[in-house]
Amino acid sequence: MEIFLQQLINGLVQGSVYALVALGYTMVYGILGLINFAHGEVVMVGAMVALMSINAMLGSAFPPAIILPVALFAAIFACMLLGYSIERIAYRPLRHAPRLAPLITAIGVSIVLQTLAMIIWGREYHAFPQLFPNQSHNFGGAVINDVQLAIIIIALLVMSMLMLLVHRTRLGRAMRAVAENQSAAILMGININQVISITFMLGSALAAIAGIMVSANYGVVHYYMGFMLGLKAFTAAVLGGIGNLRGAMLGGVLLGLIESLGAGYIGTLTGGFMGSNYQDAFAFLVLIGVLIFRPSGLLGERVADRA
Amino acid sequence: MHKLLRNRKLHLGGTTLALLVLPFVTDLLFGRGWVRIEDFALLYIMLALGLNIVVGFAGLLDLGYVAFFAVGAYTYALLASPQLGLHLPFWIILPAGALLAGFFGALLGAPTLKLRGDYLAIVTLGFGEIIRIFLNNLNAPVNITNGAQGISQVDAMRIGDFSLGRNQELFGFAIPSVHLHYYLFLLFTLLVIFVTARLQDSRIGRAWVAIREDEVAAEAMGINTRNIKLLAFVMGASFGGISGGLFAGFQGFVSPESFSLMESIMILCMVVLGGMGNIAGVVLGGIILVVLPEVFRNGAGPLQQWLFGKVFIDPESMRMLMFGVALIVVMLWRPAGLWPSTRRQRELEATGDAAEQDTVYDSGR
Repeated sequence: MEIFLQQLINGLVQGSVYALVALGYTMVYGILGLINFAHGEVVMVGAMVALMSINAMLGSAFPPAIILPVALFAAIFACMLLGYSIERIAYRPLRHAPRLAPLITAIGVSIVLQTLAMIIWGREYHAFPQLFPNQSHNFGGAVINDVQLAIIIIALLVMSMLMLLVHRTRLGRAMRAVAENQSAAILMGININQVISITFMLGSALAAIAGIMVSANYGVVHYYMGFMLGLKAFTAAVLGGIGNLRGAMLGGVLLGLIESLGAGYIGTLTGGFMGSNYQDAFAFLVLIGVLIFRPSGLLGERVADRA
Repeated sequence: MHKLLRNRKLHLGGTTLALLVLPFVTDLLFGRGWVRIEDFALLYIMLALGLNIVVGFAGLLDLGYVAFFAVGAYTYALLASPQLGLHLPFWIILPAGALLAGFFGALLGAPTLKLRGDYLAIVTLGFGEIIRIFLNNLNAPVNITNGAQGISQVDAMRIGDFSLGRNQELFGFAIPSVHLHYYLFLLFTLLVIFVTARLQDSRIGRAWVAIREDEVAAEAMGINTRNIKLLAFVMGASFGGISGGLFAGFQGFVSPESFSLMESIMILCMVVLGGMGNIAGVVLGGIILVVLPEVFRNGAGPLQQWLFGKVFIDPESMRMLMFGVALIVVMLWRPAGLWPSTRRQRELEATGDAAEQDTVYDSGR
């Protein structure tokens, strides 16, 4: 039972991060019908920028309560700028091109960002400093620490703010309108280029927050960290039904839970034949299984014909 | 007419001669390493042509194609190495690998081909990762694939005493092993080109295009879309299996590392960059994406030395950086690929406003 509870907590923490990143994928997909392959690298850049700002301020007199928010805003600002530029350079010129063309530029952007990060920050793992004392709490036999608690709470907060933004504001209405029908949105006087830019920037801001969460949780930052995380988050978005915000959140949390519970129990389930090293395969197997029975994901309703 | 025909023959003869002497000329001018790169270019061209059937002809986005390459390679490695103590001849293993890869294609395709567009893409991606993870971990409790270390000492391809694994004397000529592989791969590549070209012009090929353009309309015309899509999948997979077998025999060593997601993406880039659906374009894409990075790798260091008197960025990083930039620039400059099929070109000109209307979105949020 303790193991179950522990894996549940781990899964929730990991799932919150997946959900935040998956939201970035799903927002872009909802509006442009495009897999933004470079989104995982944005997470990595967010983590790197936060690390750099923290390291720059660590020696100074600033207390941690100031350092962390400043680093957070630096990362968010850098990522928003990056998201905006990616859209401007690699996707906007190709908006009416064959649909695989922007996928290839997205892959190109991803490779460029990864390589640049490797050149700038090197191949080694960087330690992410611990700013606050990280206390562990006992929770029915399982352990949860402050960072993990903060991740879950912040993720919930950010996601509710996003839902409010999309459903309760003028901008959110404009976003939904562009997603529904671009031409009609133009006729209604919506500046769709602006809305698309803002969507990319919002997604990138979420990615920056997710990047800091991952680094704080594991304590390391690496130029390659965005790749697998992005892949998993995209999987989560598809699991929930891509283009659907609630689906991305549900998919993210579910994927986190599946992974951690799968890793915890796969050994006993298969009689010791498969160990936790099959964790990644497990996530994908579940995805395939779900899609066979619900071809547009758990909450997805309709996917237009567009092979 | 006569002149045209003679020109054509001349062309064909010239191309054949050029392809035949290519390894010797490269060897002489650039060194043996480049002949090896040519061998790999041929392997990748085969892979790209196989994927082109799935992505280019049938319009199904496959992001895990390298899984079939892996199946072919591991089939060869397991049946012709000390790993299981088997040493079967390659003319049995290659077809076996192709069949097995085709079987895996059917296994993946049968339940998932009803998925649309990007849902299929992520499922194939997941499948590719699953295969790689299994290859990586199937060394315990029973050692089958030898895990991350991979399988080494894989037998070279040979017929009787004539082994491609070592240099051979022919008519008093010493022909190195890489050159021999080049000719074998060239033969297979030409075969693959021939088969795909004939497929494209066949009933099946037209059915693929019909499905790609409009699946509902194709179904209304009486095409069994499920079977035809499955056929594309299986066909592409078996081509991947063949090149996998050739790869294993050539390399003498296989490990899961060679079959990462990045490889799948690389092959997809060859198809799209070259010109999806156009065989000549795909061949061009394969050549460019194998040769260009090598040029960057070898040229980046000396160029920096010459320009700035110092090497700022190590050649390996430079290679990846230039590769990424090249992908972006080429796609921005020619969104339909370097050498698109005429049909694609027409489509691109025709869409314009139409593309604006069909955004994918579900009203769920």
